[in-house]
Amino acid sequence: MPVYKRLVEVGRVAFIAKGKDQGKLATIVNVIDGNHVLVDGPSSGVSRGSRNLKDLQLTKFKTNVRVGQRTKGVKKAFDEGKVADKFSQTKWAKNIVNKQKRANLTDFERFKLMRAKQLRNRLVRVELAKLRKAAKH
Amino acid sequence: MPGKSTPRIPKNYEISPGVLRFSSARLSLPKRGTVVTKKIGGKKNGNERKVVTNKGPKLFSKVRQTTAIEGGDLTHTKLRKTITPGTVLIILAGRHKGKRVVFLKQLAKTGLLLVTGPLKLNNTPLRRIAQSFVIATKTKIDISKVKVPAHIDDEYFRRAKLNKAKGKEGEDIFAKGKEEYKVTDQRKQDQKAIDAPILAAIKSNPEHKFLFGYMGSRFALGKGQYPHKMIF
Repeated sequence: MPVYKRLVEVGRVAFIAKGKDQGKLATIVNVIDGNHVLVDGPSSGVSRGSRNLKDLQLTKFKTNVRVGQRTKGVKKAFDEGKVADKFSQTKWAKNIVNKQKRANLTDFERFKLMRAKQLRNRLVRVELAKLRKAAKH
Repeated sequence: MPGKSTPRIPKNYEISPGVLRFSSARLSLPKRGTVVTKKIGGKKNGNERKVVTNKGPKLFSKVRQTTAIEGGDLTHTKLRKTITPGTVLIILAGRHKGKRVVFLKQLAKTGLLLVTGPLKLNNTPLRRIAQSFVIATKTKIDISKVKVPAHIDDEYFRRAKLNKAKGKEGEDIFAKGKEEYKVTDQRKQDQKAIDAPILAAIKSNPEHKFLFGYMGSRFALGKGQYPHKMIF
């Protein structure tokens, strides 16, 4: 069984985590060297160019793209594979959205969130205590 | 006019809030002489003329005259854009630090902010505070029904001098004891009058259940919270 499931390879969809076009998806079109790849993301607004692999995070999605495929073909493969849709369904994408929501909370909203969590935890605590009591007898 | 060694300054400016670069003496216009009626000859000249004894310097520019400041009229402190009447502010310094208070208005003379707790919710009385000691939140409370009486100004908040009657010689200076600051009835009244409509406004807010707790709690930073990256 292979250790790595996500490989740096032609057609691999990567999430740009740092630098320009941060937060967008792009397809690897060619591998330049051990550190750099040629990426292209016409559907998500990433212009074709070389990126350092340190800036990229590999997703589990792969598109059917040939080595050095031109932008038009990359777009077609990306759209037909519905990669953007599929990615937004993943837990990863949902976490990103949630993180953003948290960051955009105002002071009052943070307070309300805190209160809501307190209420929820109280309910959990009460139920847990009941179960514990029942288990003792 | 004082001597040549003290040039007139056309424009005054603040070197720090409330402190002006030039004294009013430097800015005042040279005194013009009194008006004297003089008799003059010639039949068609109306016999007399009102003449100023000292006309002042001829080359005194118009600009100087118009910008001369009378009575130390301070330039107004510019209010931060995010602070509008009814904005909830977080106080950052002093004994009330961390509290969330309601902004009422900017005071005319000093440019300080007039805020209130309301007292009932977080024990913050009517108070002045500089806007640099405050974070403006996006939360606003409707204070359209609040009427700040005209007598609440900077003078109102000046520290009252406690009676320091000079003891006679030989008298025990400790016998009198300390005179403590007491809140005057006037202040209590004003506090009530201003807070009542604010409390009513909070109560009528759809989220009043949270809002009461919010106003009553102190702000603090948690782990991994960086104020420059946060939205208030």
